[in-house]
Amino acid sequence: MADQTAPLLDVDALLADPATRIVVCCGAGGVGKTTTAAALGLRAAEVHGRRTVVLTIDPARRLAQSMGLTELDNTPRQVKGIDTEATGGELHAMMLDMKRTFDEVVQTHTSPQRAAEIFANPFYQAMSSTFSGTQEYMAMEKLGQLRSADEWDLIIVDTPPSRSALDFLDAPARLSRFLDGRMLRMLMAPARGGRSMFSLVTASFGVFSRAVQKILGAQLLTDLSGFVAALDSMFGGFRQRADETYRILQDPQTAFLLVAAPERDAVREAAYFAERLVAERMPLAGLVLNRTHEVAFDTISLAEAEAAAAQLDAEGDQQVTAEALRVHAGLLRQIEREVRVAARFTDAFPQVPAVAVTAQPADVHDVDGLRTIGTALAG
Amino acid sequence: MGRNEWPARLHVVTGKGGTGKTTVAAALALGLAAGGHRTLLVEVEGRQGIAQLFGLEPLPYKELRIATPPRADGEVRALAVDPEEALLEYLDMFYKLGAAGRALRKIGAIDFATTIAPGLRDVLLTGKVKEATTRSDSGRRAYDAVVLDAPPTGRIGRFLNVTTETARLAKMGPIKTQSDGVSSLLRSPITSVHVVTLLEEMPVQESLDAIEELTALNIPVGRIIVNGARPPLLAGARLTKTELKRGLIAAGLPSDPASVAGLQSEAKAHLTRRELEESLRAELLEADHPVVELPLLDGGVDRDGLNRLSELLMGV
Ligand SMILES: Nc1ncnc2c1ncn2[C@@H]1O[C@H](COP(=O)(O)OP(=O)(O)OP(=O)(O)O)[C@@H](O)[C@H]1O
Ligand SMILES: Nc1ncnc2c1ncn2[C@@H]1O[C@H](COP(=O)(O)OP(=O)(O)O)[C@@H](O)[C@H]1O
Ligand SMILES: [Mg+2]
Ligand SMILES: [Mg+2]
Repeated sequence: MADQTAPLLDVDALLADPATRIVVCCGAGGVGKTTTAAALGLRAAEVHGRRTVVLTIDPARRLAQSMGLTELDNTPRQVKGIDTEATGGELHAMMLDMKRTFDEVVQTHTSPQRAAEIFANPFYQAMSSTFSGTQEYMAMEKLGQLRSADEWDLIIVDTPPSRSALDFLDAPARLSRFLDGRMLRMLMAPARGGRSMFSLVTASFGVFSRAVQKILGAQLLTDLSGFVAALDSMFGGFRQRADETYRILQDPQTAFLLVAAPERDAVREAAYFAERLVAERMPLAGLVLNRTHEVAFDTISLAEAEAAAAQLDAEGDQQVTAEALRVHAGLLRQIEREVRVAARFTDAFPQVPAVAVTAQPADVHDVDGLRTIGTALAG
Repeated sequence: MGRNEWPARLHVVTGKGGTGKTTVAAALALGLAAGGHRTLLVEVEGRQGIAQLFGLEPLPYKELRIATPPRADGEVRALAVDPEEALLEYLDMFYKLGAAGRALRKIGAIDFATTIAPGLRDVLLTGKVKEATTRSDSGRRAYDAVVLDAPPTGRIGRFLNVTTETARLAKMGPIKTQSDGVSSLLRSPITSVHVVTLLEEMPVQESLDAIEELTALNIPVGRIIVNGARPPLLAGARLTKTELKRGLIAAGLPSDPASVAGLQSEAKAHLTRRELEESLRAELLEADHPVVELPLLDGGVDRDGLNRLSELLMGV
């Protein structure tokens, strides 16, 4: 076990502070980011009276339904049936529609005619729905939109179920680098009436282009350069907006919460992310260790429980107690494992406040469940 | 349940993230190698999951022998398919690229080509898997079985449905031909997609969704593998405080009210959990594919653990 225990994360202080305008929940996939984001939103509205919006990404179906999110319409809807009478808070929630957000970005940055050309291009269709990184980019874009609308006291952002937690920070840069990258410019060169790309670049690029033409067909390159030409007017805008959102994320109005399950991979991801946040000077508020276990009593140790279960089994007439003791032993073993795994994070970042949320017996998909998680988050 | 129960030659292992795809794929490759066979374990996501699992240096783009099955002849080779390498290898079949290929990589052309069209990337990856599955060396099949540690349930349909994805971009040419070939292999009895799940709501839901999606695509679904299953303790037990107290006294353990109540509440929580697991198990059985269960290994998965899982998969 870690010899320094991490300071306790004070979630209530964070949510109550009017200077906190954005909370970003990040972490590896499946650790409980969406659940945590929703639970924080509910608590901010019910307990702290804040006008809160939660931007969820790919929530579990039943959780979405319980918040009244039945359609993916990309605008916040007020969540009904919560208890904000005492505080006057409000909770609004939305699900990110990546394709629609991309379409909207295109529409606001170009003429209707250009937009129509872009929408019809097969590359746009492929990219706006499948490019790895588009979802992360669009989550940033939506966050930027919500923030600049300035209608909310507090915006809580869930992050996409990425393979790696760092994708959320890296993907927008990757996408905008890609969109105004060298490769696209090379392909575009003829379309812009300059010298042909083939004379401009190395021989190997010529070989490559011919190979690509041969393998994929010339139509593909035509579509591609059409796509690039149509998007050209938007390059600057793309980059600029991503940069702006990045700056907001560095500002003290933002708080990052890392969510991790007490499992090796999730904790390793959280540690990478923490390093990155420190390096990018982004405000790391704390770690939520989600789905931990706890015992209901501490008078019987692991060794005692196992020895006694074996003894009772051998004697043969206390089956129920023997099995109950095995359950207790299993729990103790799991807790040992969890403590060991969590220590990898707390040893490396002893100054980062943390809070543990116990695993509920069943999945969390209603407002009551979210309230329970919210209470646990508050320590 | 021996090799005969795993009739396909290409085994695709999917499942929600973190459910044990890599572990199960490796165990299956070991199990299918037992008895003097040669299997290939393939990963495609650039994560070096196989190397981590076996405690090896990162795998190159080469088929290397990494393990032998427990107590039997046979060999497992492993391959980490890299889409850039696969594209270069593919282009090389038509053009001698040589150093030009490396130059292309340096200016980012390869990265560009495989990211602009995710469908292209997938067809290169599955194309390589197909090549290994169907390869012969001097009249003999190179591999008796190929096991693919595949992308997770959320992406598996799109990953395997290569023709539809590439048709949007390449309407003719070798890529189209290639993707048609992959597509017919994936829809033949040579292929079987196995879905790994835990007895938790989201993994089960995603597994059922994926099975439905694959079935609609005419891609054969094989087994459902329930991983991390816990022993069925306390089935039908009457958990009274009196009973527990008697047991604790008989074992010479503390039997004060707090200990008894604590033990009772832990046991009850366990039963609640079990009921949920039972209903999830029932949902899985309704999907009408054979279900195999693998236990939660106490100490995590080391080489011994992996061997044990492989024997359980083979019904040893
Ligand atoms: N039967 C088992 N008993 C105990 N631990 C297990 C078992 N199966 C898998 N694990 C552990 O669970 C973790 C996740 O397993 P694994 O990496 O195989 O999952 P995965 O589905 O490939 O994950 P990813 O989606 O990240 O690729 C690993 O730490 C592994 O050792
Ligand atoms: N503390 C908890 N106890 C029980 N179940 C939980 C807990 N936290 C999350 N879950 C469940 O785990 C699953 C994954 O959570 P989710 O919030 O969707 O993860 P992520 O957004 O990180 O992918 C959901 O089914 C959710 O209900
Ligand atoms: Mg989520
Ligand atoms: Mg894996």
